[in-house]
Amino acid sequence: MITELVSSTVLIGILASGIRLATPYLYAAIGETFGQRSGVLNLGVEGQMLLGAFAAFYLVFMTGNLVLGLLAALAVGALMGLAMAFVTVNLKAEQGISGIGFYLFGLGMSDLLFQRMLGTVETVSGFSKVNIPFLSDIPVIGEILFRQNLLVYGAFALVPIAWFVLNKTTLGLKIRAVGENPEAADSLGVSVAKVRYFTIILGGMLSGIAGASLSIGLLNVFQQNMTSGLGFIAVALVYFGGWRPWGVLGGALLFSMVNSLQLWIQVLGIPIPSDIAVMMPYVLTILALVVTVSRVRGPSALTKPFGREE
Amino acid sequence: MSDRNVLPSGQAKIDELEMVGIVKRFPGVLANDDIDFDVRAGEVHALLGENGAGKSTLMKILYGLYQADEGEILVSGERVEITNPTDAIAHGIGMIHQHFMLVETLTVAENVALGLKSTRGLLTDIEHVSERIDELARLYGLFVDPAAYIWQLSVGQQQRVEILKALYRGAALLILDEPTAVLTPQEVDDLFRIMRQMADDGHALIFISHKLHEVIEISQRVTVLRDGRKIGTKPTSETTKSDLGTWMVGREVSFRPIKSESEPGEVRLRLDNVSALSNRETPALKGVSLEVRSGEILGLAGVSGNGQRELAEVITGLCPVTGGSVFLEGEDVTDKSVAERTERMLSYIPEERMRDGMIRNFTVAENLILREHNKAPYARSGFLDLDQIAVHTGDLIQEYNVKTPSQETYVKSLSGGNIQKLVLARELSRQPRVIVAAQPTRGLDIGATEYVHQQLIRQRSSGAATLLISEDLDEILALSDRIAVIYEGEIMGTLDAHDATAEEIGLLMAGVRPDERSEAVG
Repeated sequence: MITELVSSTVLIGILASGIRLATPYLYAAIGETFGQRSGVLNLGVEGQMLLGAFAAFYLVFMTGNLVLGLLAALAVGALMGLAMAFVTVNLKAEQGISGIGFYLFGLGMSDLLFQRMLGTVETVSGFSKVNIPFLSDIPVIGEILFRQNLLVYGAFALVPIAWFVLNKTTLGLKIRAVGENPEAADSLGVSVAKVRYFTIILGGMLSGIAGASLSIGLLNVFQQNMTSGLGFIAVALVYFGGWRPWGVLGGALLFSMVNSLQLWIQVLGIPIPSDIAVMMPYVLTILALVVTVSRVRGPSALTKPFGREE
Repeated sequence: MSDRNVLPSGQAKIDELEMVGIVKRFPGVLANDDIDFDVRAGEVHALLGENGAGKSTLMKILYGLYQADEGEILVSGERVEITNPTDAIAHGIGMIHQHFMLVETLTVAENVALGLKSTRGLLTDIEHVSERIDELARLYGLFVDPAAYIWQLSVGQQQRVEILKALYRGAALLILDEPTAVLTPQEVDDLFRIMRQMADDGHALIFISHKLHEVIEISQRVTVLRDGRKIGTKPTSETTKSDLGTWMVGREVSFRPIKSESEPGEVRLRLDNVSALSNRETPALKGVSLEVRSGEILGLAGVSGNGQRELAEVITGLCPVTGGSVFLEGEDVTDKSVAERTERMLSYIPEERMRDGMIRNFTVAENLILREHNKAPYARSGFLDLDQIAVHTGDLIQEYNVKTPSQETYVKSLSGGNIQKLVLARELSRQPRVIVAAQPTRGLDIGATEYVHQQLIRQRSSGAATLLISEDLDEILALSDRIAVIYEGEIMGTLDAHDATAEEIGLLMAGVRPDERSEAVG
């Protein structure tokens, strides 16, 4: 039975679905990386994802237009981000607690909208696979990497873009400075509030897309609480990745590959209790966090509201 | 190009800056009460006053961090509006904050570039900035590697980065907020050299300080503030240290506490080859050996972060040793708990009085009984005796001259000086045999400082063995009988206070041993 796992078609299947499964984690965790590098912990990712997933699904269900679906997810994520920014930047609320509040709001609201506006589980035709010319014909690699849908490509493209923005642009310099020492940034005329508003709203938009990547990309359905903890894993991946986009990519891939492996184990009927199989990625996350987090130091001003002392 | 109105950095001079009739109110406090202040190109103007006198408030108004309620600011005769630091920078005003405004995880060049328009649009222009930093560094003698990370730099080098940051932004006027507080004596000399050169080049400099001898050494004019009011402005050459001290405090002050010759008795505190880790698990103490005798004060000098905190905590039992032994009156207490050491009459005046010395949300009385709350007269068989507590804490408040509305006042609403008096009352009234006093006057004004010094000397006369840990070299020199210097967790040497000089101690503080010095000369 173990031999079935190592056959080449199954291996390719595991790797290809692992790449696909990494998509929502990447969007959400890269968005969260921006927020945390500027000093804001957003625990509401999961709620933003659920609302994004619903908005995208509903628009596609009603209009069949995928672009409208994406725009809806972006808009809902941006609104959630705006609210989060107001609460954490202006009202200086405790970030952990208000984040949980936003999660619960997203969870409840998406379910309510689902009940009122759809009522039953429906399906849509979401983003379909796009084979990239030539590259998709490469044996093995082509199958794994280059026969995915557009949202998957977008997620992986986001990693170098995020790295570039954080490390090579003036905006990235401001984000890093604000997350480490907001007083210093303020004394040089950098608006701490503006930078944090930007990163939190950006994070909300990316969380919205992360939700959409489930409801109109990977699964093409909407159900209540369909993210089932994925947003929280994304927050953990930011710590795991040491607040760096490439580290986040590594964490997302590790997690999604193990997840993919356990799905295939169940599909192939390998006699490991399914509860144990489902637990694997989560146990792995905890172990990986224990090993890695003590290694790197997070942004110094993380979770600390900023205000000039008077 | 030899324009007389242009500074080496290429920026235009500020001939004169005036602040007229500045008033600033905070809830319940008049922080600045109708203050006039001016500074001219080519001079160092000292702003002198105690903590809370209003110096920092005045300068934060000038730098746009606060808004004045009344009054105006004139640059070369023209009225200007400064509502935020960006405005101040645009008018050629730069500020070197007491607590450096640097991002530790960024490089020197990144710190300088932060908030500036890039020559490459949205992309950072670190190379261009680095070149310009090198150029400015050459002009002003402020050498520092633009690619170095801030956390890799010494405090003195970090201060240079702060100055470079201001110069890069075209500062013609520099506000230096207590810039010497964190420096070794040699670094102070260096800073003064740079300040003199900048003034000669036509910059205007404002030097905020409460150290009289520094004001006299570096400034051409001095303005004294007290309780939010301006006492006056004078050419420094027409004043003396005692004039300025009287102006600043409002009465005569003694600069050196009067103390008798020491009569050291038996060894009360001994550390034998003690090693310990910091809370970051890096080696903080590396084989420290010390002795403090009854009736003497051993001063421990050093730049902060060289193991002082760990040393205090190893003695009090808060931090475990990784090697060596601690003895109290000859008894090995290395493995004894904090409470057991307290029983042996060890008292501790912690460095961070609000964090380690007091509980903010406890009342004055509750804080006063913390150390002995489980003993008579405060408690009997586990029950607090509230009547006795009221009587005894009332006595302590009187004896130690603590200004508090009542025993039931929360400690968080008292001033720093009064909080420290409470710590002293609790720790010293129990007739300790050994005292560890860490930074006992940090953040206190002259009056409170004098009081703390008197109390420590009183303990010395009654036979206590005191370890005084301080970054303030003047304090070390004034109080100690012997002086030990700590550097990177090692004792660099122990000197007799009678013939120790600030220069000698400064070299040890910088990690230069006497034998290395003679080699360098030979």
